[in-house]
Amino acid sequence: MSKRISHRRYLSYIDKSRVYYAAHGYDRPYMWARFDEVPFASLDKPLHEAKVAIVTTSFLPGTSPAHKPVYAHSTLDAPESMYTDDLSWDKDATHTDDLGTFLPLGHLQALADAGVIGSVAPRFFGVPTQYSQRRTTIDSEQIATWCVEDEVDAVLLIPL
Amino acid sequence: MSLVARHLEEQGIPTVIIGSARDIVEECGVPRHLFVDFPLGNPCGKPGEPEMQRSIVELAVRMLDTAIAPRTTVQAPFEWGSDDWRDNYMRVDDSNRAELARLGDERRAKQTAARSQT
Repeated sequence: MSKRISHRRYLSYIDKSRVYYAAHGYDRPYMWARFDEVPFASLDKPLHEAKVAIVTTSFLPGTSPAHKPVYAHSTLDAPESMYTDDLSWDKDATHTDDLGTFLPLGHLQALADAGVIGSVAPRFFGVPTQYSQRRTTIDSEQIATWCVEDEVDAVLLIPL
Repeated sequence: MSLVARHLEEQGIPTVIIGSARDIVEECGVPRHLFVDFPLGNPCGKPGEPEMQRSIVELAVRMLDTAIAPRTTVQAPFEWGSDDWRDNYMRVDDSNRAELARLGDERRAKQTAARSQT
């Protein structure tokens, strides 16, 4: 079925947040990262043999918003809910009570059981947002180290 | 999160971002991006719809096999239903402009007070 539209359908969060924070009286807009070059690594084995990890921006229950270091946590011991209160998800339109909507470890395991991927990595990783780009680089190095330790072949990154 | 993806790729680890903020991810530039046109918070599917969630995760992992070049974006074939969230999120109009300005002033005053205590 075709439809006719007069506006682009998907939102620009860069535009929306700039206007929103300007309305709060912040004169200087947030400056987003933009690169001309994009790295690209290929999977070096068949997908059905690959060990896949997840990186989330959610945190373990009980996390203090004032202290959110990058973390690794056992996939087998994943909590039933995650701390997301301080993240900028749409609190009017939805909720984060269903982990399958943003930290889909169970669905990834089902794909491993079905033979689509090889296995789920033994740990999942969490990274804070609202940091400086320098800080994010340090966190990225830590996650890369953990991925090597766990012999991870590929990573799903799932920001809320 | 896009910066994490870029770093992992530079270390030789392929990545896929599953996200709902298309412009932020694409402007940064990442190798593989599964775009899910939903309100922020549920990039892997609607709450209470496990089949949709699993389909989205499967679409993402299959991009590891199918994407042949960086900046590959695939859009998941699902709709949220209502479109109200598109206008409501971070809404700024005449009905709330004064309130947003007041909240900004209040926050800056708190930050100034906190700084003066340290």
